[in-house]
Amino acid sequence: MSKQEFTVTVYTENQIGLLNRIAIMFSRRKINIESLNTSPSEVEGIHRFTIVIHETEDVVRKLARQIEKQVEVLKAYYNTNEEIVWQELAMYKVPTDTIAEKVKVERLLREYGARAVVIRKDYTVFETTGQREETDKLIAVLEPYGLIEFVRSGRVAIIKASSGFHEKLKEFEQAEPSEEVIENEFLDKQDEVFTM
Amino acid sequence: MSSTIEVAPKKILAQSNATNLSGSEAVLEAFLAEGVETIFGYPGGAIMPIYDALYDYQTKLKHILVRHEQGGIHAAQGYARTSGRTGVVFATSGPGATNLVTGLADAMIDSTPLVAITGQVFAHLLGTDAFQETDVINITTPVTKWNYQVTDATEIPAVLAKAFYIARSGRPGPVLIDITKNAQLQKFDYSGYEKCNHIRSYRPKPNVRKEYVEQAAKLINEAEKPFVIFGQGVILGNAENEFKKFIEKAGIPTAWTIMGESALQTDHPLAVGMLGMHGNYGPNVLTNECDVLIAVGMRFDDRVTGRLDKYAKQAKVIHLDIDPAEIDKNVKSAVPVWGDCKDTLPLLTQLIEQKVYPQWLQRFRDFQQQEEEACIQPELNPSSEQLTMGEVIRVINEYTGGDHVIVTDVGQHQMVACRYAKFTKSRSNITSGGLGTMGFALPAAIGAKFGAPDRTVIAVIGDGGFQMTLQELGTIMQSEVDVKILILNNQFLGMVRQWQQLFHDKRYSFVDITSPDFVQVAKGYGIAGNSVSERKDLQAAVKQMLDHKGAFLLEVMVGKENNVFPMVPQGSSVAEIRLK
Repeated sequence: MSKQEFTVTVYTENQIGLLNRIAIMFSRRKINIESLNTSPSEVEGIHRFTIVIHETEDVVRKLARQIEKQVEVLKAYYNTNEEIVWQELAMYKVPTDTIAEKVKVERLLREYGARAVVIRKDYTVFETTGQREETDKLIAVLEPYGLIEFVRSGRVAIIKASSGFHEKLKEFEQAEPSEEVIENEFLDKQDEVFTM
Repeated sequence: MSSTIEVAPKKILAQSNATNLSGSEAVLEAFLAEGVETIFGYPGGAIMPIYDALYDYQTKLKHILVRHEQGGIHAAQGYARTSGRTGVVFATSGPGATNLVTGLADAMIDSTPLVAITGQVFAHLLGTDAFQETDVINITTPVTKWNYQVTDATEIPAVLAKAFYIARSGRPGPVLIDITKNAQLQKFDYSGYEKCNHIRSYRPKPNVRKEYVEQAAKLINEAEKPFVIFGQGVILGNAENEFKKFIEKAGIPTAWTIMGESALQTDHPLAVGMLGMHGNYGPNVLTNECDVLIAVGMRFDDRVTGRLDKYAKQAKVIHLDIDPAEIDKNVKSAVPVWGDCKDTLPLLTQLIEQKVYPQWLQRFRDFQQQEEEACIQPELNPSSEQLTMGEVIRVINEYTGGDHVIVTDVGQHQMVACRYAKFTKSRSNITSGGLGTMGFALPAAIGAKFGAPDRTVIAVIGDGGFQMTLQELGTIMQSEVDVKILILNNQFLGMVRQWQQLFHDKRYSFVDITSPDFVQVAKGYGIAGNSVSERKDLQAAVKQMLDHKGAFLLEVMVGKENNVFPMVPQGSSVAEIRLK
């Protein structure tokens, strides 16, 4: 099984220390986290971690189960890039004078879907949103013009097949989740049924 | 780690309403509500308010003063393992808390329900490198099922309720609650204690899927050479009876892991022995011949499976486990039966046919015969002049009839004790299985005795492991704990020496260990003792130990270079198990 990019989406309670508890699941296995984002989710009070790693599916599946086992984790999903819609935000700071003189800012903005966030006398900050390759391209373009600072956010991803977490949460909030679902009509009658 | 420092804030806080409870009192009220009877612990600066409160609870809560926090937590583990209840341990901040780490890791990997309470510096000092401050929450995160830092007393009832619920439900494990000193001192309006039975993000029991139970039953009914292997899950699920009914109806040969041992009486007609690196011959070899492998409450540790890519490849595996993360972790299962085996086993029993497999069972007996000749008889009834570890265990079996609690340390004596001890009751084989913690046995035996006060508790320990936690003799002395301490002394760190002999050309690198006169050491603690090195004295010495009222230390000098066999060498398949 070959390694590929997986996006792990983890729904959790909002609890101090949980980031560490989740992060060490990866570091324990010497897996590098390529990108990590935490944010609120569609459900109030429920946090959502979006973690990108490069691994085999086998490892990711086991990891997701181990993460889900943590007390304050509600659910962990993992998806390939085909199964999600994802974006990253990138910002670029360049000297205004060079940019103004040497490149056509207008062309730059249009071609790379960039937006000027701040234009000052000394520097200009551009911003783009997109996938890794797209945001990377603009670095290559801006580098010759004295790229001062670059920063990119963690990936945020929407799972195409997901119908959100509201329904799932109701399941979790049932008083004793395992009991009513057990299809076990014999449990109370063991002595009659299971005599040797 | 006693150290008394700052006391000033207490006076200020103590002025508040006297009808209210302090955080410390709330901790002890939670213990009472949860049915805690015994606490193992060691006081110190940051946990002093709790100890101060404990002074007034002495009639309701028994506190055992240990000699080291590691001893405290191992005792709590031993207590939990024999009693089936949640073990409780106190330690102070900083070094007190870090001394718990080994025990937490041990309890984590062996799924032992524990609640550890650590004191912490005042909340306003957190992160200032205050005296005896350490980041306990982050240190213990990987070795706890859950941990939490309390900085406000009002949180205590709910947090402790959660702690006990998490520790004992589902797949049990250790929980650590770190309580800052101000929260211990703080008075608050206590509105009673409410037990926790639900946390929305936590699902201790996975749903039983009926179709999997049906598929499993079908596989079992169609099998010609089925084999049942079980682990501690049977004990943790209190499912010994359900398990026995299952195998008896199924008629399937059954083997145990070191952690599962004693859940089924060792002389059961379907019992074929122990799995794993030093397990029995038949169960290991025939793992790679069975057609259906039914694994109940076990996690396919590498010491059980040997080389994984050559493990039971021919078999369809049915895996019953409460922890979904264990399914397919190491061994791919054909049918995963998620759930508490107390629930799933009766369902399965209902659906299977009553069967026997005389020829298949005979295969195990044939291997048993070979092992008897090559390994077992030479160990139990040796012709050599030197005593063997196995014959000491044999003599114990003869006196107790298998009605004993054996607490082992880690190493050769552990493997020998687990191989040869007979057991007639569950929760009787207490050992550090997953972590392999030397120094576990002596403190764990103390706890085991408190957990099962009416039973004979025998700590079987090597000369190396005993020296790791022998300070707990002080606890045995002070609290008058009736544990029998059996030191099997081969004057070596025997297991490492065995590996050096077999795999490192007999280069005995730092395994030659010198010991004090153990009987004299015991005597220093007021504990009776004896040492024997000859066969003619063995029976009488064991009898003397078992008949003695109170603690007794018996040292038996055994052959220096005896090896434990059979053995599955590391990196080998279970079928490649060696008899010599």
